[in-house]
Amino acid sequence: MRNAYLKTLYKLAKEDKNVLSLISDNGLIVYDDFKNDFPEQLLNFGMSENNMVMAGCGLASCGKIPFIYTISAFLAFRSFEFIRVDACVNNLNVKIVGIGSGVSYGYLGPTHHSTEDIGVLRVLPNLTIFSPSTPLMAQKVTEQAYKIKGPVYIRLGTNNEKEFYSENYNDNIKKLNNIIDGKDFYIISTGSIAYDAFKACQKLNENGYNIGFIDANCLKPFDSETLINLSKNCKNFIIIEEHNIISGLSSIVSDVIAENGLNCKVYKIGLNDVFAKGYGNHNQVKKQNGLDYDNIYLKIKNILENK
Amino acid sequence: MDLKQLAKEIRKDIFKTAYNGGSGHLGGAFSCVEILVSLYFSVLKYDKNNPLWKYRDKVIFSKGHGCLALYSVLNKIGYISKEQLNSYCKLNSNVGGEPKYMELDGVEATTGSLGRGLSFSIGIAIANKLDKIDSKIYTILGDGECQEGTVWEAVMSAGHRRLDNLTVILDYNKLQAMGNIDEILNLGDIKKSWESFGFFVYEVDGHNIDKLIEVLKDNLNNKIEKPRLIIANTIKGKGISIMENQPIWHYRLPSEKELDIFLNELEMTKEELFL
Ligand SMILES: Cc1ncc(C[n+]2csc(CCOP(=O)(O)OP(=O)(O)O)c2C)c(N)n1
Ligand SMILES: [Mg+2]
Repeated sequence: MRNAYLKTLYKLAKEDKNVLSLISDNGLIVYDDFKNDFPEQLLNFGMSENNMVMAGCGLASCGKIPFIYTISAFLAFRSFEFIRVDACVNNLNVKIVGIGSGVSYGYLGPTHHSTEDIGVLRVLPNLTIFSPSTPLMAQKVTEQAYKIKGPVYIRLGTNNEKEFYSENYNDNIKKLNNIIDGKDFYIISTGSIAYDAFKACQKLNENGYNIGFIDANCLKPFDSETLINLSKNCKNFIIIEEHNIISGLSSIVSDVIAENGLNCKVYKIGLNDVFAKGYGNHNQVKKQNGLDYDNIYLKIKNILENK
Repeated sequence: MDLKQLAKEIRKDIFKTAYNGGSGHLGGAFSCVEILVSLYFSVLKYDKNNPLWKYRDKVIFSKGHGCLALYSVLNKIGYISKEQLNSYCKLNSNVGGEPKYMELDGVEATTGSLGRGLSFSIGIAIANKLDKIDSKIYTILGDGECQEGTVWEAVMSAGHRRLDNLTVILDYNKLQAMGNIDEILNLGDIKKSWESFGFFVYEVDGHNIDKLIEVLKDNLNNKIEKPRLIIANTIKGKGISIMENQPIWHYRLPSEKELDIFLNELEMTKEELFL
């Protein structure tokens, strides 16, 4: 997703001189092209995330369109109050781009995980939240973020996500994407873990089940309409997220269901109010927390069998 | 004990651990080896058999990404076992790329998200004063890390409160993740700025163990009612020619080709690497 983001940003910066890339000592080689071709549009703030966020908002107040990029944890958590006031209270046109969603910085542990970022940020008025699941979606949400006049948070994975969208995808990125049609059960997922959820869904269907798969790339505003429509036939939703089940996608879906009296059951697969444990590569850490492909497959199967 | 020899062994351990764990901030770990060796093997007061001894001096390793240096030293003093060290970043291990409070003996603070160790240290320094505990706090700080605003809130606060039980050791290697600090966000005159906020400042060659120990001892006997800063002039990646002063080695492991250079300069065999 990182490459897809950078490529898109490069294109935007080329077309619009007001597009600025703000970084804070993060991404040594990956910004080389940008630095060579648009040196004036690249601002490295050093290790000062809060300063970068606030300065980005100042730039936005002068008509610039800053894309503020660093590790999600340092934006969502460290700079929360600055995002709240400078970006959201002011409703300024800044794009806050967090890299390393969920536990993708597996070797570095909880200080570098973003497993509560959706939760803390979704409570902020004016903020749009994108959580792309594949490289193509990262490109689409970046393009969309540029078009939106207001603060946007983009939650990126890292760089190894696989694609499950076709190249000519052209739907409304703010809508839920119905990738696999299902009957009594639908899986809903978001972010880089969606690929595992998608694969698990395919496998279960090969094994005789008939479950659907929905990918959510926009978490705020959330596409309640599609969910309400689905609920007419489907009464069970299994949410898979690389995030605390409190306040993340599970909560978003539960809100919609409760508020609209949909009489559906929500199953939550994610971090159960804990910080992720263990160290290692992304998949190892997911495994230790019951969130790798095998665990997801078994957990879903278990739900289906005990229904 | 021959501390130079010990520093050599520690570099081997750091490299070996990172290589087998598949990850590690080698540059920043190699740059603070002598600092830690000098500290733990001269002035630091601790109980080998009781890591939680109430009157221990505490080391707050604020530049958390360099923690393999800390872990290797903690292994030498017996707080972390060889097995624990070898489990680094492996499945179900609690030894990983950033330190977590109390997860391992001798790890006194969660760091790694940078710019938090000094404020945490201030809390401990104040608590020691309140409880009349005559122990010292040593904070190991990165120079790039000093770009975080919280560091300056802490500097002012330590100076203002005259926390003379607090010593900051700055690993001044002039590099951060993306390059030269001077080119990215220059720190100004460190000595002058810290002095102006009420610190007593020493400066020393951060790879010269004798000199480091001299300064640490002098600092211990220094009765001035001020927090202290030791500016340790270091080289990022110290000890491996291709790594020294090269930003690219901030967070990277050697390729197959580069591996020989590492092994050669660390004077270790390939067998030793996997031992
Ligand atoms: C708050 C925060 N921002 C960014 C990072 C990513 N990061 C890890 S190490 C590092 C550079 C550290 O430079 P320095 O403090 O000089 O350490 P050293 O040179 O000793 O490695 C950065 C930017 C981080 N860990 N925490
Ligand atoms: Mg440095």
